[in-house]
Amino acid sequence: MSEKEEKPRRKTRREFLQDLGIVGIGTLIGGSAIFAGVNYDKKKKTADRIRVLTAENELLEIEKSDTTKVTKSKLQNLTYLQKEGRDGIAGRRWVMVIDLSKCRNARKCMAACNSAHHLRTEQHHINVLKMQDAKDTPAYYMPKPCQHCDNPPCVAVCPVDATFKRPDGIVLIDNERCIGCRFCVAACPYSARIFNWAEPINSLDDKDLTYNVELNVPQRKGTVSKCLFSADRLREGKLPYCVSACPNGVYYFGDENEDAVTNGTTKETVRFKKLLEDNGGYTLMPELGTHPRVYYLPPKGKEYPFQDIDKPEAAERMES
Amino acid sequence: MADQSKVDKIISDLLWSIRLNKSFMLWFGFLGISLIVCLGAYGLQLKNGLIVTGLRDYVSWGMYISNFVFFVATSLIGMLISAVLGLSGQKWAAPLARIAEIIALAFAAVAGLVIVMDMGRPERLLNVLIHGRIQSPILWDVTVVTVYVLISTLFLYIPLIPDLKICYDRLDKLPPFARNIYKLLSLNWNGSHAQEKIIKKSTRVIAIFIIPVALAIHTVTSWLFANTSRVGWDSTIFGPYFVTGAFVAGCAAVIIAMYFYRKNYKLSDYITDFHFDQMGKLLVLVSLVYLYFTLNEYMVSGYKMKESEAFLIHDLFTGNHAFLFWSVQFFGLVLPIILLLFKKMRKPLPMLVIALFVLLGAWFKRYIIVVPTQEHPYLPIQNVPLDFKIYTPTVVETLITIAPFILVLIIITVLSKVIPIIPIHETIEQLDENK
Repeated sequence: MSEKEEKPRRKTRREFLQDLGIVGIGTLIGGSAIFAGVNYDKKKKTADRIRVLTAENELLEIEKSDTTKVTKSKLQNLTYLQKEGRDGIAGRRWVMVIDLSKCRNARKCMAACNSAHHLRTEQHHINVLKMQDAKDTPAYYMPKPCQHCDNPPCVAVCPVDATFKRPDGIVLIDNERCIGCRFCVAACPYSARIFNWAEPINSLDDKDLTYNVELNVPQRKGTVSKCLFSADRLREGKLPYCVSACPNGVYYFGDENEDAVTNGTTKETVRFKKLLEDNGGYTLMPELGTHPRVYYLPPKGKEYPFQDIDKPEAAERMES
Repeated sequence: MADQSKVDKIISDLLWSIRLNKSFMLWFGFLGISLIVCLGAYGLQLKNGLIVTGLRDYVSWGMYISNFVFFVATSLIGMLISAVLGLSGQKWAAPLARIAEIIALAFAAVAGLVIVMDMGRPERLLNVLIHGRIQSPILWDVTVVTVYVLISTLFLYIPLIPDLKICYDRLDKLPPFARNIYKLLSLNWNGSHAQEKIIKKSTRVIAIFIIPVALAIHTVTSWLFANTSRVGWDSTIFGPYFVTGAFVAGCAAVIIAMYFYRKNYKLSDYITDFHFDQMGKLLVLVSLVYLYFTLNEYMVSGYKMKESEAFLIHDLFTGNHAFLFWSVQFFGLVLPIILLLFKKMRKPLPMLVIALFVLLGAWFKRYIIVVPTQEHPYLPIQNVPLDFKIYTPTVVETLITIAPFILVLIIITVLSKVIPIIPIHETIEQLDENK
């Protein structure tokens, strides 16, 4: 027994190799764990960290998981949309050119407009009229949106600033403020304004929508509505609903400042002033001094016949 | 001093009407029930929107706005009779001053409600104060009508102070609280020379001040139309045209009120045939001036027949509105002028009938000014249902239009039951002067 005690225990070779193996594997596992950890952290830096700008104009980088989303209340959203809607789109002066020689009364513009703005079929932000100016002059179709006058009689008479003229030329109506006196309807010489006499058609579906003054949706009972030059589409860089919907190339829309208008059908962009100059552009009832932003090109050289069925209606005003 | 017995008779005669009797209860009950029916109609409009009316996108102002113009118009008579005639020394009109003032106050106060009835969003009325824009004629109208109501109240109240004291002294059968109200409102009137002087002076100041305000309320109301470039409204004479028309309507209203007060309150000693005769002459005068403006308004555009105006003129002279147009001109203006030239026609009963025609004509005249213009915009009315092209008032709308008349009758009735409608103090003074 003493022999055993004297002899300090020495590891056998086999035991040594065993230990070595354990340490080696441990190091390997630990190392790869650290490696993976570092890698993970690296990844987190690019994908799961975000930069936020504080109200004090300080740029911070924080982990995404640390943030909580602040949902804006309906009122905050409304306030934002109302402000944006009144400010307009900076640097722009929107104009529309309507080529009467192209209009065939397809009425796709009216349909697109009514569906975008949730209007009844008899409510017209834009209306294609059958016109005849004198007994022997030819009849023609004339789409008539709001003229977005630079001297708008409707805006002048509004008692509560519900209807207003934006710096980019658009005349809008805020139906959250409108009191429904209809003075603007009476004052408009172009009959461009309509009124929600009854509950609007989509009022149940639109109940939870936040009111967008640039779309005038949801429509409200007891308030005025009107053509908006599709201000919501312009903000997205798109052409107005009516302009895009036209199959016959009637509408040009663009920015007076850029002197460029784009045809909604052909998508061709031309010089605004040159278009008017080459084709004898004019405005409706210039003698009233309203300075419309909607220009017309005369119905010269129409490629289609005016429908016989529409002739009596066009000539109605000749007869009295 | 005047004979005390005569003074006593005047006081008891003129205070006789301040009591509640059966016929008053019946009349008031009738008014109350009618008002409830009309308010029910308004409730329907609040619930369903203005779709319950005949108004649509083209004719968007109809009976309500015609009514508003009519109410503002009728209220101008207070200024003409109490202020203009009073200041120009027409003593005969003095007993009628209070009747005219009551009518003025009632019509002006209710006119504000009439415009609310026309609003699509009446609950947003306060927006006019919160977001008000001074560029809009509506703001001018709100301002001047409010001022006119306030001044008319003062114009009614200040000359009434001595009479309130008389009411307190003499109406000893009334319950104490009612007598105390009279006492409170009579502001310690004791008939002293100094007090007389204050009343005379302040009445005079108000009489002067009310003239421009009254002119303003109807001129501004006419500008609601004339300040647009719509055919038929785009006229430079609308201000004076409306003001003179207002006097016609107001005179007729006063004559009708005179007739019923005289009959029901046994006032034939105070509102005499002479007063009817004079009012008849006044009505002829203002009607002639109005006829002159009417002639101007239609003659000038009818002669030129500008393309856009021609549609409207044809419609009025020979078209859809021709019957109403010519009836209004003939029965509401020309015939009354001719009839009233005869002395026999300036007696109470014929005057009542004539005044009713004139007042009815005056209402429809406003309708003729407001509605046909909107049926003839510059651009044709197309792609809409037929009811958009031709305005046809509905039953609900008619009931709502009647409601303000009932309100006016209620105000006039109540006022004439609590204050003497012939100024007692001035009648006694007159007695002294005639001595």
